[in-house]
Amino acid sequence: MLIAGLVVAAILGPLYVRRNTINPTAARYGIGSAVAVLGAAVTPLAMGQCSFAEHSSGVDKLLGYLLMFGGAWLALMGARIFWDRADGKKKGDAAFAGEIRAGGFRLGLWVPWVLLSPTLIILLVFLYFPAAATFTLSTKLTRLGAPKSIDVCFTNFTELLITDPFKLVAYPLIAIALIYGARFWKSRSEPGSASRKGAEVAAVIAMLSVFVALYAMFSPGGGGQVAYRPVYINTVIISVGIVAFGMIGGLAVAYLAFRQIRGGGVYRTLLIWPYAISPAVAGVLFFMIFDPTAGIFTHTMDVWFGIDVPNYRESAVLAQSSIILASGWKILGYNILFYLAGLQTVPLEQIEAALIEGASTWQRFTKVVLPALSPITFFLLITNLTYAFFEVYATIDFMTKGAPAGKTSVAIYEIIRVGVNNGDLGRGAAQSVLLFIAVIAITMWQFRTSGERVSYGGS
Amino acid sequence: MAGLNPGVQRKGFFHGRKWPYHIALTVTALVIAFPLLYAALISTQTNAEIFTFQLTPGSALRDHFQIVWFDRGLSSAMWNSLQQAIYVTTGKTVLSLLAGLAFVYFKFPFKWFIFFFVLVTLMMPTEVMILAMFRQVSGYGWQDTMTALVVPFLASATGAFLFRQHFANLPADLLEAAQIDGASPIKFLTKILIPLSWNVIAAMFVIQFVYTWNMFLWPSLIIRDDSRQVVQVALQTLTNIDGSLNYGPLMLAAILASIPPAIVFVLMQKPFMSGFAVGQNK
Repeated sequence: MLIAGLVVAAILGPLYVRRNTINPTAARYGIGSAVAVLGAAVTPLAMGQCSFAEHSSGVDKLLGYLLMFGGAWLALMGARIFWDRADGKKKGDAAFAGEIRAGGFRLGLWVPWVLLSPTLIILLVFLYFPAAATFTLSTKLTRLGAPKSIDVCFTNFTELLITDPFKLVAYPLIAIALIYGARFWKSRSEPGSASRKGAEVAAVIAMLSVFVALYAMFSPGGGGQVAYRPVYINTVIISVGIVAFGMIGGLAVAYLAFRQIRGGGVYRTLLIWPYAISPAVAGVLFFMIFDPTAGIFTHTMDVWFGIDVPNYRESAVLAQSSIILASGWKILGYNILFYLAGLQTVPLEQIEAALIEGASTWQRFTKVVLPALSPITFFLLITNLTYAFFEVYATIDFMTKGAPAGKTSVAIYEIIRVGVNNGDLGRGAAQSVLLFIAVIAITMWQFRTSGERVSYGGS
Repeated sequence: MAGLNPGVQRKGFFHGRKWPYHIALTVTALVIAFPLLYAALISTQTNAEIFTFQLTPGSALRDHFQIVWFDRGLSSAMWNSLQQAIYVTTGKTVLSLLAGLAFVYFKFPFKWFIFFFVLVTLMMPTEVMILAMFRQVSGYGWQDTMTALVVPFLASATGAFLFRQHFANLPADLLEAAQIDGASPIKFLTKILIPLSWNVIAAMFVIQFVYTWNMFLWPSLIIRDDSRQVVQVALQTLTNIDGSLNYGPLMLAAILASIPPAIVFVLMQKPFMSGFAVGQNK
């Protein structure tokens, strides 16, 4: 069974090369085939081929093949990005190809290896090893600190999903069909036509359908399944809330502050300093503001407006909003910093031209400023999303600890709750793999959308 | 990104009265500062004063400082954090400089593979593998040690690519001149590249110092001994003072914990902003 999958990968690899590279040489067919086989082999080997064992169920086999396919596709996609750049397919990327080939020092071959070895060793030992170990752990039931473990193959994953295999296959297929349908429509429509507008709306709907499909696929709990759907909903609400609040607020403040006035530098420092504040401290500060007995918020609402605010840790909406507010406040400085830099690059002539044409302030903003900022907006979208996925952990831990009833337990919080607090490493690792897949999807989207951007936010 | 040094070319665009902008900016700055100002007020008040909602400074700042700094060991937690931040920041900068040097000024077999090997780690945040890493590092017997807080974070793709990009944009004849002089790669790095890279190094220093100082999840797992804990996690023990929630000391500790990264950020703001421009919009 495993061999059959690898043979299919070996055949699909060159096909992918033929379709997707502009310069398919014989060597690239060979590499494509090898890369696909390697990519396909990674997950089954890490998981001990359990999904293809004698007793494994149909769902196990399905997931096994899916993972092989995903691995092969990822590997090919990586090769393709590399080839595209080597070919200088994207504008400005010819420089990249030159850099790869760049050189200068003619010294022993070992010198560059010595220079690189500390970095490579640390990346291998503290990123690649734990990443592989996460996949291995996710197929086991094992307690924190206990040496023994049981192989359970995909049970840790399947128990997070609904049980109906038909729906599990149908929902993602519908979402994929919608995406390709929207793409097909777009390719058939003239730019600027009404049909193109429709295709663009369809593309947005297709993208949203992915989120709906995921919602439908995660189990709401009951019947021995783990209730992962609520965690998914919390993660989506809180992430979208933080990103929207942080980015819209950041842009608004930056647009106010980028004009040259006396003391502009002082204002800028006073606006961006929360960049240096930690997510934990943000949690502490808003913990105080919203405290139901001593906090200024509850007190003010009561005294000034006569509104009796319930304890924010007992109301789902208030708890989620307070997390969004605290995290959005903390990331605001970072966004202002980048939008200020971006606003300096908006071409003045275009703004003046719009002024002469009699465009209103709002029109100038939406027609000239926003499009000019879109590369920065996209970069910030990715970094803000990463923040909302991971750094929010400390803020939640100080403010709500997941309360009420798990309504502020987002994916990373749930991983620690299950994996460390409950000591259930295998189940925690399975949830980690899901988050990992989400991060890979976002990064792939980033690589495809933007040629040459490097993230500066985290590690 | 030419415009990161604002000033010259923007004049003439902005006409009209300026005081509305001064007012709007001051109000915005105050709104953004509110959580911290409020915490500063609370940090001076006893619980009794807090519950009267008085808006003037209270009487307990000195007591609270005694409690958090000495009695509850915030000073040692801050010292641990400072060590961690300096080790990680220095190590990461050095390793990234070396990697950037190798990527730009050397030709070697399998370079594309190594490049890819580093590039792929951009989509491997520590958090998604934190359970496996916790088990692995605990297996080394590194719990409650500075090693566990430093070594896993010494390398970064972000840093390597930051310097790679910066070096690639430097004039190519630098290397020729160095080769005519017969300089070794390390001499080339220290005498020529580093003096031309201070802005990028400063940007790297600020990003990494703030990132390391603010780290929470990893230390909360791997460090269990309170005397070795870093400050972000130590704050949590302060939610309970003498068996109850004592707001003043907690707020004071939160403010104290924010001072070092704030100093680094404000002092190095200028080079940080210009260093940030490297690699953007390319």
